Amino acid sequence: MNMKWDNHGMKTPLARARGLGASRAVVPGWIRLRVTAIGIAVLSVWFLWFLTQTVGASHEEFTAKLADPRNAICMLLLIIAAFSHAVLGNREIVEDYIHHEGFKIFKLIGTYLFFFALATACIFSILKIAL
Amino acid sequence: MSQSAPTKTQRPLSPHLQVYKPQMTSVLSILHRMTGFGLSVGLMMFAWWLISAAIGPGAYAVFMSFAGSTLGMLLLFGFTLAFFYHLANGIRHLFWDSGLLFKIENAYKAGYAVLLFTALMTAATWYCVLNKGPYASPSVTATLTAAEAEGETR
Repeated sequence: MNMKWDNHGMKTPLARARGLGASRAVVPGWIRLRVTAIGIAVLSVWFLWFLTQTVGASHEEFTAKLADPRNAICMLLLIIAAFSHAVLGNREIVEDYIHHEGFKIFKLIGTYLFFFALATACIFSILKIAL
Repeated sequence: MSQSAPTKTQRPLSPHLQVYKPQMTSVLSILHRMTGFGLSVGLMMFAWWLISAAIGPGAYAVFMSFAGSTLGMLLLFGFTLAFFYHLANGIRHLFWDSGLLFKIENAYKAGYAVLLFTALMTAATWYCVLNKGPYASPSVTATLTAAEAEGETR
């Protein structure tokens, strides 16, 4: 019987194992989770300031603040970082607690599509307000 | 993998969570997951906020009335708490990732620092949001007073 590792030719066992995990791509995800975390941590300073500037504002005042390119850019960056972080974090939870392979894949695809759709809606909203 | 071993022998299982006394380190670790999951659910409200603003004043007013309601304020308070906890504990995790704070006493100290940061920042944020912003006093205080008055009449 032909095993899957028979086709890897000269690769050492370590080279074959690298980057493989429950989802077959753990290491890049691990790094991305940390990079997005740092991004969110930095942007949270701006976000808290933005909240104090806009809470209680009317629709007109709020959209005017958000239309400022500096705020719009920060908000877009925050959306990208936060939703990526949410996807990666949820993936970690799903991989740790859901052991049924089929349900796990189903959950992962659902999570990804859900957050991708929400992020797209947020990005479009910011562009519509700011442009 | 269970697929590769069709005849599964009954082996003793190693003890799991319920046999251990809850400790600072384990409780904070579990809280990190729970707050992270909660915040990812909270992104729905974040998205609603931005999308409603893009749709127009009517949709934005609907969002704002929800955000100002008792349930909305409770959710927002929870998100603030979860956000600062997850932020601070995430930084604690970044220290661990770079090989620091592994001594058990330092892990505990950092844990207490995380809890202190969470409490202080949550309080400071709500204070600033309610009192310091350019639009803070008229509308939000009005909403709060209205909510209080509603509570008194009940």
